[in-house]
Amino acid sequence: MTAAVRVKGAPRTGVDWFLLLLRVLLIGLIVIGLLAFIAQQIDPGNAFAKWTHDGEEASRLTWPQFRGLIVTGLSQGAMYGLIALGYSMVYGVLGFINFAHGEVFMVGAFTGFIMSTKFDEAGWWDGWIFIPVILFTILVCTLVATATAVIMERVAYRPLRGSPRLIPLITSIGVSFFIQNAVILLFGPGAKGYPPNPEWLEETIPGLGIEVKKLLVIIVAAISMAGLWYFVERTKTGKAMRAVAEDKEIASLMGIDVNRTIVTTFAVGGAMAGIAGILWGILFKSVIATTGFLPGIKAFTAAVVGGVGNLGGAMAGGVSLGGAEALAPLMLLEPLGVEGPSQLRDAVVFTLLILVLLVKPTGLFGERLSAEDRA
Amino acid sequence: MSDITADVAMTELADGLSEATEVVKGAFEIDRSKAVRFGGLLALALVFISLVGMPVGMDGRQILYWINPDVYVNHPDGQGLSLGYVALFLWPLLLGWAVGSEVVLEGMAATKRGAHDLVTGLVVGVIGGLGVSVLTMLLAWDREINPENGVPAYGMRDPLVNWNEDLYILLTFNRGWTFALWAWPLLAGLLAMFGAGLRLMSDPIRKAIVAALLAIVAVSIFQFLVDDLLGGLGETIADPGRLSNFFGDDPDAGRPNVDSVFDGLLDFVYAKTGGLRLQGVIFVGVVAAGLSLLGSYVTRGRVKAARQAYLDRPVAERTTSSAIGMVVIALALIILPFFTGKIVNELLANVGIFLLLALGLNIVVGLAGILDLGYVAFFAVGGYTTAVLTSAGRGESWPSWVPLFVTDDGEAVVGGWIIALVLVMIFAALTGLLIGAPVIRMRGDYLAIVTLGFGEIIRLLFLSDWLKGYFGGAQGITNIEGADFGFLGTVTGVNPRSVFYLVLFFSAIAIYVSWRLERSRLGRAWMAIREDESVAEAMGINTVNMKLMAFVVGAVLASFSGAIFSAKVGSIFPTSFLILVSIIILVVVIVGGMGNIMGVIAGSLVLIGVLGGPKQPGLLQEFSEYKLLIYGALLIWMMLKRPEGLVPNARRSRELHQEEFLQDAWLKGEVDTGDDEGEEGDAVATEVAPA
Repeated sequence: MTAAVRVKGAPRTGVDWFLLLLRVLLIGLIVIGLLAFIAQQIDPGNAFAKWTHDGEEASRLTWPQFRGLIVTGLSQGAMYGLIALGYSMVYGVLGFINFAHGEVFMVGAFTGFIMSTKFDEAGWWDGWIFIPVILFTILVCTLVATATAVIMERVAYRPLRGSPRLIPLITSIGVSFFIQNAVILLFGPGAKGYPPNPEWLEETIPGLGIEVKKLLVIIVAAISMAGLWYFVERTKTGKAMRAVAEDKEIASLMGIDVNRTIVTTFAVGGAMAGIAGILWGILFKSVIATTGFLPGIKAFTAAVVGGVGNLGGAMAGGVSLGGAEALAPLMLLEPLGVEGPSQLRDAVVFTLLILVLLVKPTGLFGERLSAEDRA
Repeated sequence: MSDITADVAMTELADGLSEATEVVKGAFEIDRSKAVRFGGLLALALVFISLVGMPVGMDGRQILYWINPDVYVNHPDGQGLSLGYVALFLWPLLLGWAVGSEVVLEGMAATKRGAHDLVTGLVVGVIGGLGVSVLTMLLAWDREINPENGVPAYGMRDPLVNWNEDLYILLTFNRGWTFALWAWPLLAGLLAMFGAGLRLMSDPIRKAIVAALLAIVAVSIFQFLVDDLLGGLGETIADPGRLSNFFGDDPDAGRPNVDSVFDGLLDFVYAKTGGLRLQGVIFVGVVAAGLSLLGSYVTRGRVKAARQAYLDRPVAERTTSSAIGMVVIALALIILPFFTGKIVNELLANVGIFLLLALGLNIVVGLAGILDLGYVAFFAVGGYTTAVLTSAGRGESWPSWVPLFVTDDGEAVVGGWIIALVLVMIFAALTGLLIGAPVIRMRGDYLAIVTLGFGEIIRLLFLSDWLKGYFGGAQGITNIEGADFGFLGTVTGVNPRSVFYLVLFFSAIAIYVSWRLERSRLGRAWMAIREDESVAEAMGINTVNMKLMAFVVGAVLASFSGAIFSAKVGSIFPTSFLILVSIIILVVVIVGGMGNIMGVIAGSLVLIGVLGGPKQPGLLQEFSEYKLLIYGALLIWMMLKRPEGLVPNARRSRELHQEEFLQDAWLKGEVDTGDDEGEEGDAVATEVAPA
């Protein structure tokens, strides 16, 4: 059973009532928050706003602010989506959460840091030469991340094929812990700053009000996603992946090399995480050994929101999660009178995960899991 | 006559020669790909360890106080073999040993051991050593001496923090890189050969050698502990009158300074600047080896027989004797803090706090099979609730009806902590229900992530400005009063011995509760759920309620730990409750042995005591920088090689190795699996698995 859903016809127990209450409460809070937000957009001095803000008027959100939030949410969401693809694919094929997938992303971001500082020393991280250089950097980050994912599979997960479900999960926690701390010890514990982006990347596109770098992130993510879609749906290897995800045994009877297909899955997922890593670096210009942890968990949430095993769902889940993370603090929590709502951004994501699992455990777009995993 | 003898001699010689050539030939018939694979692994491991900074970081600790003054980095005046070098030398030994391992299946002849093992070890070591040589070469190539001040600089120092002169000096033995070029392959080769050679020895001799090596390293790195224990004990023996001060805070108070009777021995073994003297090495090695040999020859088989005899006795008798054993252990633990110094007591108190957490998680993960990654949330709830009830420095937003067990002059109310603890328990149980209910029906892996999310949510709430009026945000809650038990004394962090007793008391409760629960109806229900939830449900177990119970019991145990923690530290911050804590407790439970109380105790002692907790230092201060890396590596290694833990729970390990048991049973002809009905075989396996 996937989630907290009662079997039809079973009597309601205390737990069921509690869960029902929780669902109603969470959805109610969202509705009230949204209504309060709309009300304070129309009239910042309405009674509810005054009540929640200790008698003071609430502040209105202006259109450029709102647009800024949406673009931030989209670009972050695109990265979550890219990482989520890896979770989703691995879950689809092997049926376990690769907890260490966030670290693959971090390794990508770190590789990007090392390369970009070296290129910056050479004076290549600027002007028009930046374009071939960044393409090369993306390529290398992708390769390093892919290698990390493949080695991970070979060393830690392959020997555990067929063991109880929780064992590879615990192993992946260990892998994540190991990689994180290895990076801290190898490269030092502090945050690493990327060199400043070329000026044209920081500019805002006049008509749209979007920064070029955020647009770049969204475009690169879209291209990678399209490439992945083509790979999975239109190539022979992709077909093999889908077959293995559906049923490993039958797939191997059909002459598909299951081990090789699993490695391919890890490699492709790693590549996507690597791309997300370098994009993260360009967007936030800083990377630290723990960078992979929260985005990793959020990406997993995105995968669940979109429906595990469903690639389009993962991307859509990522984008909606990024949007929710950017918008919810100001559109839900602030109207409800929460102080410092941006501090609770991560809490919003986790609450969303719980809510989705409570209300629609198969995700917005439906799970695609193999027969044994659906059980 | 003499011709015949000559003939015989000739034939014998020829035979001998051909035998010798056979041996030589056989020596080179090695599994090349395996040797190369292990060699590559060794090279990678050595390079990784070097770059991670372990050798340089641990170079400060001397193992052998010895000869050569110009080699050592952090001790220009220092002499001998440092822990840093041991961290490198260990791996050729281990991998040399490991390369000879093979899976022995019943019915297959094991490969003959011989010279080829040694050669394989040598090859592995040389390849590994070459890895270090290459690293040294790269370092030398990257090394540029600044002409102005003569300080060497490294280009790759920028991303790699340990790519520096210290590493260069250490890896080259301060003799230049050309020396390292041939010294490392030679050294690693010999060490690996020695490791492989251990397999050729007879059991008792191998055990003696390993015991001697381990004893030397242990006596050396635990010098501080040995000093502390033997020093304290020796002083007491020299001046038994000190015992009268035992219940005071300071055993030294009002007594003349005496020399410990063990001072002579300690001076003989240890050097003044730390590390063993050469005579100490020989002494410790000989004693350990001797004891091991004695053990092998005198008690051979007897221990096993005694154990079997014990197990064969009726249950009632066993219960009595184990009860007596428990009392003895308890008495020993009560007396222990009097012989140890403040630092060791502090260490034991930390171990106890994590032991409580681990025992709680053991119920959730080990018995009920629920992987709760947000376990730290209950620890936090315990800590914060105690803080709110016993600190005058709690947030101002609390209404006055929320009790505060502090008198007006800012003293703790006698017994207030106990009343607070009751409230803490209630809150923790409620949190357990609140977190447990939504996740209880989720698939195991979803549950793990969602509980992790809950753990983060709770921490973020404690941290947030929104609830700052209650929990103090990032500034936390300070001025938490200790637990005042009236005439029994007050437990505060200043007096680690008192914390130790408090922890000991609660650990004893926790151990008793876990032990009883394991054998109760509830415990059996948990184990059934762990094995197969659907089957458990079909057997009439109310899985939802049972799993909620596991959450609640685990939460209450963790909240005890949180309450003691806040009384001990005296202040509480959200940074004490990172996910890291959950994961470290998980490692403790898994390394110790899921579902086994003894295992959990052993795990906390070894990991928290020796390596240290998330922020608490352990016995090995040198490892504190690397402990998280070691925790991660341990977790992976345990899962791959020994998922049942160091001290396995018999039933749990049977479950994990079901297939192997089935195979063994099949080989012995005990099961008729019905030829090709493999699935049925699985079901039978549990029945035939030896109890």
